[in-house]
Amino acid sequence: MIKTDICIIGAGPVGLFAVFEAGLLKMRCHLVDSLPAIGGQLSEIYPKKPIYDIPGFPSILAHELVDNLKKQIDPFNPTFTLGERVEGLRKLDDGSFELTTSDKTIIHCKVVAIAAGLGCFEPRRPELPNIINYEGKGVSYMIKDPETFRDKKIVIAGGGDSALDWSIFLSDLAKEVTLVHRNESFRGAPDSAEKVVELAKEGKINLLLSANLTAIKGDGKLEAITITGKDKKATELEADYLIPLFGLSPKLGPIAEWGLNLDKNAIEVNTFDYATNIPGVFAIGDINTYPGKLKLILCGFHEAALMAQSAFAFVYPNQKLSFKYTTVNGVNAF
Amino acid sequence: MISFEVEDLQGEVKTVEVPEGISLSLMEVLKASEYPIAATCGGMALCATCHVEVVKGFDDLPAFTDPELDMIDTLPNATSESRLACQIHVSEKLNGALFKLKETVEE
Repeated sequence: MIKTDICIIGAGPVGLFAVFEAGLLKMRCHLVDSLPAIGGQLSEIYPKKPIYDIPGFPSILAHELVDNLKKQIDPFNPTFTLGERVEGLRKLDDGSFELTTSDKTIIHCKVVAIAAGLGCFEPRRPELPNIINYEGKGVSYMIKDPETFRDKKIVIAGGGDSALDWSIFLSDLAKEVTLVHRNESFRGAPDSAEKVVELAKEGKINLLLSANLTAIKGDGKLEAITITGKDKKATELEADYLIPLFGLSPKLGPIAEWGLNLDKNAIEVNTFDYATNIPGVFAIGDINTYPGKLKLILCGFHEAALMAQSAFAFVYPNQKLSFKYTTVNGVNAF
Repeated sequence: MISFEVEDLQGEVKTVEVPEGISLSLMEVLKASEYPIAATCGGMALCATCHVEVVKGFDDLPAFTDPELDMIDTLPNATSESRLACQIHVSEKLNGALFKLKETVEE
């Protein structure tokens, strides 16, 4: 079990800066992020894009801002759990919290700061009304153990890099691989696209272009998939597994189940200290909402500073907080 | 005035009018017109919550950007007339167009 003062959910710019503000007040932080790297959107989506509204930086690349934030918080030795999603939040009798991740990591903390930005990235579902019934029963949105697919009949849907790469990889392992793509051509890496076409010619991949999934069926588990081409002709394919790879879309995820007051997928907070309706749980950055909210990194930084002041009372209930400037006192690491 | 039509998820079609010379994307206009668009990413072509199907006027619209094409290519419910409203700058080119909303907002 990991023990910390503040568990920060989300290692984007605001979550990272919260470590600094907490550190100045001698509070230790542990960060959890569903992505495998720190930086959130800045690392995952636009690392090479310049940001123009960080005070003191006329222009800074997103990944440089993440690098700088990391350097700024290093003296406070934050710890990280990356590539795991926080699933459960439980308040214990003494007012502290226990968080559980998707990989069953348990984190015990006195304060929770949700800095989850857009939410967590989840796979997009194809538009098949009954697909939910087959999830885990033949339909799988990610490949954890390729051995599952040995000697099976697999249908992969999608046209991006992951659809191409997995089709190539599984063509050696599975009994039959069918790749279904909506378009005539692929926008993924040209090398992978060429390889797929080559394997299709050799008969190792059954390539269905300009085609869509239109139905799935099976008794208790997936048995067959209907694919409809441009000519509206429907073909039924026997399949053990369907792997839809249509990219990721940000969703609020399990946070929605924690009893927090929400407004349109954002967490309602007060503007005194960005506290939620659960004492000891704060929400900062793009994930929160309040009258006048602006989704700006700089607003998230401000929210982190104010949050830390109130978090202090939960971490050190018997101490009085006296505000100190870093220019006077420096940054006292621990 | 620039005038185009919007079909919501219930199939109701309404005319939306915006002044010429306005510096907004179609996503911003739809949101301001109270359509249920999450626009989670704020207009960077990365969440596709502003996905629309262009029923009328597809060929008159401003060209696709690369990030827009990349994103649309990954959508399971995209059609050959799909666009991301956040990547369409509102101009006279939208006159007479009909946009059909494609994404439901999860409450």
